[in-house]
Amino acid sequence: MVKTPATPDSHDPLSTIRTRTPARIFTGRSGSAYRTQTQLGLRSDHASARDAVQTDIDWEQGLGPDFLQTWDIFAVSSQARSKAEYLMRPDLGRRLDEYAQAEIASRCAVDTDLQVVIGDGLSVAAVVRQVPALLPLLHAGADKRGWRFGRPFAVRYCRVGVLNDIGELLAPTVLVLLIGERPGLMTAESLSAYMAYRPRSGHTDAERNLISNIHTRGVAVEEAADRILRLAELMRRAQLSGVAVKEEFGALAQNALPLLADE
Amino acid sequence: MSYSTTVRGQRFSFADLREVFAKANEDKSGDRLAGLAATSEQERVAAKLVLADISLSDIVANPLIEPAQDEVSRLILETHDQQAFRPLAHLTVGEFREYVLDEDQDGARLGALHWAIIPEVAAAVSKLMSNKDLIVAASKIRNITRCRNTMGQPGVLGIRVQPNHPADDLGGILLSAIDGLLFGCGDAVIGVNPATESVETVSQILHGLQRLIEAYDIPTQSCCLAHISTQLDSLERGAPVDLLFQSLAGTEAANASFGINLDILREGRERVLEHHRSREVAWVGEEVMYFETGQGSALSANAHHGVDQLTLEARTYGVARAFAPFLVNTVVGFIGPEYLYDERQIVRAGLEDHFMGKLLGLPMGCDVCYTNHAQADQNSADNLLLLLTAAGCNYFMGVPCADDVMLSYQSTSFHDALGARQLFGLQPAPEFLAWLEQMDIFRNGNLAASESFARQRLEETVKLIA
Repeated sequence: MVKTPATPDSHDPLSTIRTRTPARIFTGRSGSAYRTQTQLGLRSDHASARDAVQTDIDWEQGLGPDFLQTWDIFAVSSQARSKAEYLMRPDLGRRLDEYAQAEIASRCAVDTDLQVVIGDGLSVAAVVRQVPALLPLLHAGADKRGWRFGRPFAVRYCRVGVLNDIGELLAPTVLVLLIGERPGLMTAESLSAYMAYRPRSGHTDAERNLISNIHTRGVAVEEAADRILRLAELMRRAQLSGVAVKEEFGALAQNALPLLADE
Repeated sequence: MSYSTTVRGQRFSFADLREVFAKANEDKSGDRLAGLAATSEQERVAAKLVLADISLSDIVANPLIEPAQDEVSRLILETHDQQAFRPLAHLTVGEFREYVLDEDQDGARLGALHWAIIPEVAAAVSKLMSNKDLIVAASKIRNITRCRNTMGQPGVLGIRVQPNHPADDLGGILLSAIDGLLFGCGDAVIGVNPATESVETVSQILHGLQRLIEAYDIPTQSCCLAHISTQLDSLERGAPVDLLFQSLAGTEAANASFGINLDILREGRERVLEHHRSREVAWVGEEVMYFETGQGSALSANAHHGVDQLTLEARTYGVARAFAPFLVNTVVGFIGPEYLYDERQIVRAGLEDHFMGKLLGLPMGCDVCYTNHAQADQNSADNLLLLLTAAGCNYFMGVPCADDVMLSYQSTSFHDALGARQLFGLQPAPEFLAWLEQMDIFRNGNLAASESFARQRLEETVKLIA
């Protein structure tokens, strides 16, 4: 068995770098295999991720009545009728059902500048964990810019393609879908923000932008809010979204890449 | 032309070639989702029987997707070597299966047929092959490519080091990369999927990887797997691009959903070739593209034209090979259970993709992987990894302990690479192996049993760069 140092020297700058990555590095080996602790750790984390995918968490309970009331959030459904159907029928998860269309049309304003929608995706845990901090920041940022902020709502059994149906109904300038990413071994709390400028039916991923990995070891909510708002500004200026619009970082946020001194 | 047969007294008729192709597939959730799958095992075998009697010339003469509607169909026709095809034209798909598996058809002979075979023919023959057939036939074909080193030779198993980080932290990326190098991985490429799609992020990752490579003169390629336009913008702003990456699909409309078309790929490749000529690097070849693919992507973009996902994947390879790639890999379990439901379907698709890619002349690798909502686990990945190693797969992914902390899925690890190489007596790419020996990471062709100085040296470099 090849031994590797168990605890890196705390004075070593490498230790600092190492704490910045959640990757399972320098785990040693037993022949060509993992050490037993690594092997069972992986199994354990996979078990948690599997359970997280299958669990149908009550997100209204998770987000809490205070939050739902403050933001006046209502929930509707895609055309998928169960978690199992949702997993196997992506086409249904991309479409709003009739009730959802009527509810959204009657409760939400059209032609807003920024419309935020919450989708469960593959992780309600991510929604419960990230959205309560993220939504107020997006609202404040929209206010500061003098943008009309649409009434947020939630879509159950939601896929990214639902952006098109919502765009057809509400015609917001920029639509943001905050949706739970599939649980990984490292975290089940990772959220994505999919964004589109004036989405409508027929739009594909080529017309969408994505800010992913919104969680404590990835993109912090403050940084995520800032990036979403700046991307919305870029979309408004370019009057389009997707591959032709790239995020710009004049000054890099603190946990992004350090600048290389001599480049 | 009529497509019908009788199986045990029951008559089965198929409306057109597309239906025969789709229903002859082994069961895949994606074909069911598209409403194209056989509805019974009897119907599946009936479709296979009908397909076995169709001649290759009929398949070539009847494109499944109208060339007038789709630039991929046009590309496939334009790149077809009709002269080399002539001796095969009269064969039926069933006869062609036997032809490919015959021991007289060695690697050199099959290699001479790459451009005689159109993707739809490669797909058709795959539908009649067992898993073992796919392994045996693929193992005969070696497709060798060159960029900063040489990949794909007999006896070589390459590994891409995939050191992703959820916040694109360069130090974290480089530490994961050296963990891989210390296992003898990274000869295929050190390739990072960025979490953020911006020119600044992509440029810094490319600069960081290049500095690691230059610090130790590592004979390998770097790549940042952003959208092709982001990589090219980074190149314009001075970032070094060894390999230009892009995800591909098998129809014009599906590629449009990726924000690409054939012209964009053509221009991108030209720009990178020109960029390579301007850099002082000892290039050993001019293969500069890196493509990733996977069954189901066209349906996911609602751009499948009623064609099954296996055939569309073959057409994707028809796109890939027109741009002389250094690396191509199917990301076989990434898309999720809607398209490949469980281990059985993932394994089948992995073997099909690898065989079709090899038959069509591609330097085929595989990201053996699964997501946490598929009916699969690491044992499934172990199984496919070993089957594809037996099939002569060019390379696999090396992710620290197989757990990608940015993309949230599980692939194969540095440990897996070591195990597969040891079991099958395979080595890293020759230039890279020489470097590993020089660094004392390998001794006499094997990973050194004791900790070498290499680790300390590489760690010092990470401190300097990050």
